[in-house]
Amino acid sequence: MAEDILHEVTQNEYKYGFTSDIETDIIPIGLNEEVIRLISSKKNEPEWMLDFRLKAYRHWLTQEIPQWAHLEIPKIDYQSIAYYAAPRKNAPKSLDEVDPELLKTFDKLGIPLEEQKALSGMAVDAVMDSVSVKTTFKENLAELGIIFCSFSEAVEHHPDLVKKYMSSVVPYTDNFFATLNCAVFSDGSFVYIPKGVRCPMELSTYFRINSLNTGQFERTLIIADEDSYVSYLEGCTAPMRDENQLHAAIVEIVVMKNAEVKYSTVQNWYPGDKNGKGGIFNFVTKRGICKGENSKISWTQVETGSAITWKYPSCILLGDNSSAEFYSVAVTNHYQQADTGTKMLHIGKNTRSHILSKGISAGYSQNSYRGLVKVNPAAQNARNFSQCDSLLLSDKCGAHTFPYMEVNNDSSVVEHEATTSKISEDQIFYCNQRGISTEDAIGLIVNGYAKEVLNKLPMEFAVEAQKLLQITLEGSVG
Amino acid sequence: MEQQYIDLYKQFHENIKSNSAPVINALRDESFELFETLGFPTSDLENYKYTDLNASLSIDYGLNINRIHFPVDPYQVFKCDVPGIHSFLFFVVNDAFFPVNEPRNKDLPEGVIVGSLKEIAETQPDLLKNYYGKLSSKQRDGLVAFNGTFAQDGFFMYVPKNVVLEHPVQLVNIMRSDVDFMANSHNLIILDEGAKMQLLVCDHTVDNVRFFANRVTEVFVGENAVYEHYKLENTHTRMTNLTTLLIQQKDSSTVLTNLITLHNGFTRNTVEIDLDGEHCETELCGMVIGDKNQQVDNFTTILHNQPNCHSSELFKYVLDDVSKGGFTGKLRVAKDAQKTSAFQTNRNILLNKTAKMRTRPQLEIYADDVKCSHGATIGQLDESAKFYMQQRGISETEARLLLMFAFTSDIIDNIRIPALQDRIKIMVENRLRGEISKCEGCMICQ
Repeated sequence: MAEDILHEVTQNEYKYGFTSDIETDIIPIGLNEEVIRLISSKKNEPEWMLDFRLKAYRHWLTQEIPQWAHLEIPKIDYQSIAYYAAPRKNAPKSLDEVDPELLKTFDKLGIPLEEQKALSGMAVDAVMDSVSVKTTFKENLAELGIIFCSFSEAVEHHPDLVKKYMSSVVPYTDNFFATLNCAVFSDGSFVYIPKGVRCPMELSTYFRINSLNTGQFERTLIIADEDSYVSYLEGCTAPMRDENQLHAAIVEIVVMKNAEVKYSTVQNWYPGDKNGKGGIFNFVTKRGICKGENSKISWTQVETGSAITWKYPSCILLGDNSSAEFYSVAVTNHYQQADTGTKMLHIGKNTRSHILSKGISAGYSQNSYRGLVKVNPAAQNARNFSQCDSLLLSDKCGAHTFPYMEVNNDSSVVEHEATTSKISEDQIFYCNQRGISTEDAIGLIVNGYAKEVLNKLPMEFAVEAQKLLQITLEGSVG
Repeated sequence: MEQQYIDLYKQFHENIKSNSAPVINALRDESFELFETLGFPTSDLENYKYTDLNASLSIDYGLNINRIHFPVDPYQVFKCDVPGIHSFLFFVVNDAFFPVNEPRNKDLPEGVIVGSLKEIAETQPDLLKNYYGKLSSKQRDGLVAFNGTFAQDGFFMYVPKNVVLEHPVQLVNIMRSDVDFMANSHNLIILDEGAKMQLLVCDHTVDNVRFFANRVTEVFVGENAVYEHYKLENTHTRMTNLTTLLIQQKDSSTVLTNLITLHNGFTRNTVEIDLDGEHCETELCGMVIGDKNQQVDNFTTILHNQPNCHSSELFKYVLDDVSKGGFTGKLRVAKDAQKTSAFQTNRNILLNKTAKMRTRPQLEIYADDVKCSHGATIGQLDESAKFYMQQRGISETEARLLLMFAFTSDIIDNIRIPALQDRIKIMVENRLRGEISKCEGCMICQ
């Protein structure tokens, strides 16, 4: 019985798969300095931006793909990727000008721009392929002095802020994929919350990959000035397709004194079909810095998609008394591979971090947690607690934990614990005895297992995340 | 750095081979080729992230390729004997088995073959053929390959079917030389079905020169056999001690491995336990007390290749001064190794601002019907427990000591040789009291 259900669950295919026909403006495939100049000129970027891109590109040529992850990455031909794609009907003045196909796509994703604009209270900056198409609620936010716009607009209108903070958390030399992003990034979001402002709504960006053979290279930069607060949501779904797509994004967060940033992600890109064909390669560099005293960063992620996930949202705890949290649910099915976790760098005094990671693997998938907690000599009284649990739903999948702990002083306490198990017969039997069917029992257990993390998501997102979990695993379970 | 040894081998490989046995030489060129490609491991390698051999390898060591006999009286040197232990006693001086006329060894049961690896390889090659290098040649590790290139001798022991050794076997590794010296030796231990033995390996240094030891030990534990391996290190601070312990377990065998590092210079213990049979049980534990600039890296791997096995692992570190500790606990459960239960714990106490600890407990699991967990902590002594004791009239120093002693006690309790357990209790207590920060009778460490 239970096996049938698991079988059914693991055979479940991606339900959000579709492609929409929108004319896009693609530059020829391949990567060289000319292409970078072309991207830069298409986006009308200033000279300093082009210099930054070229500097990164030249460094990228000297770098190699990191090999330490527990992933089998097929060889990626970086010369066969188109590095820029923008919907042709660029920058619509009103919704009427927006391509009806695009609107339809958003409808399928549950983001009807026009209605949601008024109803949901969220400001949606929708990224279709690479260029921001529509940003809403900008006016409302502008009254508070909050800047929420596409990265290109930020380069144009707020060059000082961009110059000051871009690449300050993730340097252009950071790693292979981050450097590639620095060279070719297309667009992304920019958020600035001024001093003492509490952002009244959840800021949200939906990413979509839509054009055949285009890698997506977004860049997000969030700056929370002193005493401010913002909660930022990032969610993604992608259409079904056969060829692997590369995605290498960068997210940078700068948090000043007494400020707090909450960053939540639901990632549901096309994971490939049940034979492991296709799917998105997701190599993301996310990092935040708690610059000032008492600052706080909280990462929450629900990872259900992508053929390969390589993602480690990290925190640099520089300010005294700053704190960081990382909550993650990673679900892998079929032939998906995920190597995800976090890095907590304790530099300031009395810094605290909390890691909670829940992995669920099914089918033939491989799911790894990899994390580093490093306490510098000066980080007196630093405190960390990490917990990583893995749940196995088939005998062909793998669940792995690779925590690294490095402590360099005598007043810090670092703790780590991990467990791996499957849903035990006892648990199911217990539920059965109480009149709960095996279907419901598995559903209950998986749900309960992930609940701790799902509860950390903002209301608007928790619903979607639960739906996603259901689709990836529970849907057919009950 | 590798180059001088590569040249040395190219120049002297005939000498090396002529001073060893054909069975041992059989894998030598293969090892050399591997060493040529891999070189010495650097800290860039994931497996050697916490072991930096640069400083140790930059020294020009002497190698005893021509098997010159080192004049030494091991009984004179070996004073740290465990009182009350009735053991069969054997010595390896530097890199060669050192025969002594030990009266106690006459009590060894019939059929047990023990002695110099080289000699037994010459006289009874068939005994070694199926075992020598079987585990080590699978390793893609620069140090193991280096050992395979240069090792000529070592300790050999064979315990036949259903033979139970009443007393532990004590193997004493003594480093003795007038110049900076490097030793490569290979030990081979075979337990046939139902055999039982306890091995206590003690590492000692004699002269105040720099030593570099690179030892590989292969242990084959047959069906229903019981093997206990204790490694007690008490060397001086100028010693680089690299050991690789490879254990293969067959059905229903039981193994206990206990690595105790009380005093050392630079130590890396690589342990790999292959659970190649069903219903195996393995326990791996260890303890490190480090101060000064000592460095210890325990790199352990337990491979659950077959179903229904159980493993538990526990390592504890107490680090003071500028000492550095490293721990890696790899636990891999293969695809079909269902019903595995595997538990791992690593606990560490840092007593000083400048002491450093790095730990990597890792689980790699490919089967679903398993119960696996790991836990790791790095912290300090419990202040409230200390306060509780102080309230009851126990001085702070004494309270600290009690807590540290309690912290290490579960490792000591895991020693199943009573005399050794008593001895180590005293040694640890003395060590923690700071009364001895060197080995007994040693004039080298200050």
